[in-house]
Amino acid sequence: MQIQVRLYATFRIGRFNEQTRDYPPGTRISKVLEDLEIDESLIGTAFIDFKYATLDRELHEGARLGIFPKVGGG
Amino acid sequence: MHKILRINMSDLSVKTEEVPVAWAGYGGRALTSTIVAAEVPPTCHPLGPNNKLVFAPGLLTGTVASNSGRLSVGSKSPLTGGIKESNAGGTSAQIIAKLGIKALIIEGLPADDKWRGIYIDKDGARIEEETELIGMGNFAAVQVLNNRISKSAGVIILGPAGEMKMLTSNISVKDPDSHLRSHGRGGLGAVMGSKKIKFIAIDPTGAQPMKIADPVKFKAAGMAFTKFLLNHPVSGQGLKTYGTDILVNVLNEAGGLPTHNFTTGQSLNAESISGETMYANIIKREGKPSHGCHPGCVIQCSQVYNDAEGKYLTSGFEYETIWALGANADVKDLDQIAKADYIMDDLGLDSIETSVMFGVAMEAGVLHWGDGTEIIRILKDEIGKGTPLGRVLGAGTGAVGRAYGVTRVPVVKNQAIPAYDPRSVKGIGITYATTPMGADHTAGYTIATNILGVGGHVDPLKKEGQIDLSRNLQIATAAVDSTGMCLFIAFPVLDDAACLQALIDLINARYGIALTGDDVVGLGKYVLKTEHQFNLDAGFTNKDDRLPEFFTLERLAPHNAIWDFTGPEIDTFWNF
Repeated sequence: MQIQVRLYATFRIGRFNEQTRDYPPGTRISKVLEDLEIDESLIGTAFIDFKYATLDRELHEGARLGIFPKVGGG
Repeated sequence: MHKILRINMSDLSVKTEEVPVAWAGYGGRALTSTIVAAEVPPTCHPLGPNNKLVFAPGLLTGTVASNSGRLSVGSKSPLTGGIKESNAGGTSAQIIAKLGIKALIIEGLPADDKWRGIYIDKDGARIEEETELIGMGNFAAVQVLNNRISKSAGVIILGPAGEMKMLTSNISVKDPDSHLRSHGRGGLGAVMGSKKIKFIAIDPTGAQPMKIADPVKFKAAGMAFTKFLLNHPVSGQGLKTYGTDILVNVLNEAGGLPTHNFTTGQSLNAESISGETMYANIIKREGKPSHGCHPGCVIQCSQVYNDAEGKYLTSGFEYETIWALGANADVKDLDQIAKADYIMDDLGLDSIETSVMFGVAMEAGVLHWGDGTEIIRILKDEIGKGTPLGRVLGAGTGAVGRAYGVTRVPVVKNQAIPAYDPRSVKGIGITYATTPMGADHTAGYTIATNILGVGGHVDPLKKEGQIDLSRNLQIATAAVDSTGMCLFIAFPVLDDAACLQALIDLINARYGIALTGDDVVGLGKYVLKTEHQFNLDAGFTNKDDRLPEFFTLERLAPHNAIWDFTGPEIDTFWNF
């Protein structure tokens, strides 16, 4: 299935800003992180289709996945 | 020795008073709100003789504790009609504290039409007529005062907007580079303008190190506290790289970035105005990605942002300003937003109130959506010069909505709503509705837990848990605002109870007392209740703790979200 992956902040360094990537059905966010060599401990927030998602969540065909390191502001 | 410095503009007198016992345990916001509640009649006209302007450093300000250099100013706000505390960095708070001044109270109105400056030094204060700086922008005025007094002097200054008593006007404070930080919200510049005070300069000569009751414990707690700040990914790394503007992409991804005057939750401009773009520009143009607003800051969320030629454009370039002009008013070009930010700093304008106002003015047809060139012209030639149009726009978001018959006017208690849409981040909606300050994100920053995963997670799209979250954060924030600490220490505090303990240990070692966590919570509750009571006595009711109607009528993409808290539900906020 096609997943639109968007990376932010330091996760972009040496990777990409936005890419459509192919994964088998049932793939979880944690598997995508492994594939991108992003340590789970660095994750601040992940969003599937603009909604907060825990890393064990399964992706679906055409999903948009946004991944942020721990950042903040205000 | 701690003292209260009381300056009366009616008879131009300066008095030094002992600190009343009842005020001894307060600093920062707790002290300004206590004094305003005690001495300002809640129904007075904010620009009349009975309002006061109260400055107070926090409980830890002046010590070497990291990030403790914030200054609070309190008053009755001419924008909201309620009580206001606004805090800022800069160098003044630490000097005021080291001169032994616990609070500076300015009262009365001058009988004549003259502008004055206030000079504070180790011996007290004097009031002198000022002519040279009147009408001058903040950046130039600070340079004149540096030359007149010394570069190390603290400066609290009123820009041209404040001289004109605009409700969008702020009070600015000189930072370590002689640039500016702002007591932004609530139009307190107009109060300073009503008293015809152009500046307060503080001479650091003779300033003494703070007395510490238990230096050994203080040092240990200070080292532990600093370590918590540096080791937390947000306060230790994220903020000093991308600044607060990192939030553009975060809120856009969460569908909570108010766009085109709060009509949708995502902006096509997000990437071009994002923290990532800002950081890339800063590196390319040899600016500074990290910068502290006061000495002793280890978080360094500020920055110096240059133009394409490498020339200084602005600093302290914040998410709120960038969001309001970039997403909410559709301006694509980050450099144009930076120019507008500089002009707002120079004129002494709250860059939230003013920038949100532009979204409403665009909806009204005063200027075209996304027209950054026209925003810059209006700032300089209309607001800056006080033309009739400039006066209307300078009266703020609510006033512009009323003047032009706009119904989508994002204000609570007449103060502009900041950069998080309450329909898709419901916790912050409770904060906007209930804080005595008028719509203010910092009063109870639920974004941490709703969106950023700091301090746990409460689903931003559901109602469950939001009132408790906002209440707990508002109580904690009222306490933090009383310490003189930067609010960004909340990121490690929310994630680790030991960091909060280190903060309490610092206060205890400083004063030789034994506060517990419960005492700190008690302080926060006291502050909120004191402020709430002032507002009730000023004529506010629970019906003022509501969001504008359009949030209940118009759904927000991409989540199709609506504001669905009932009035009685919101009112349970005050059950504590």
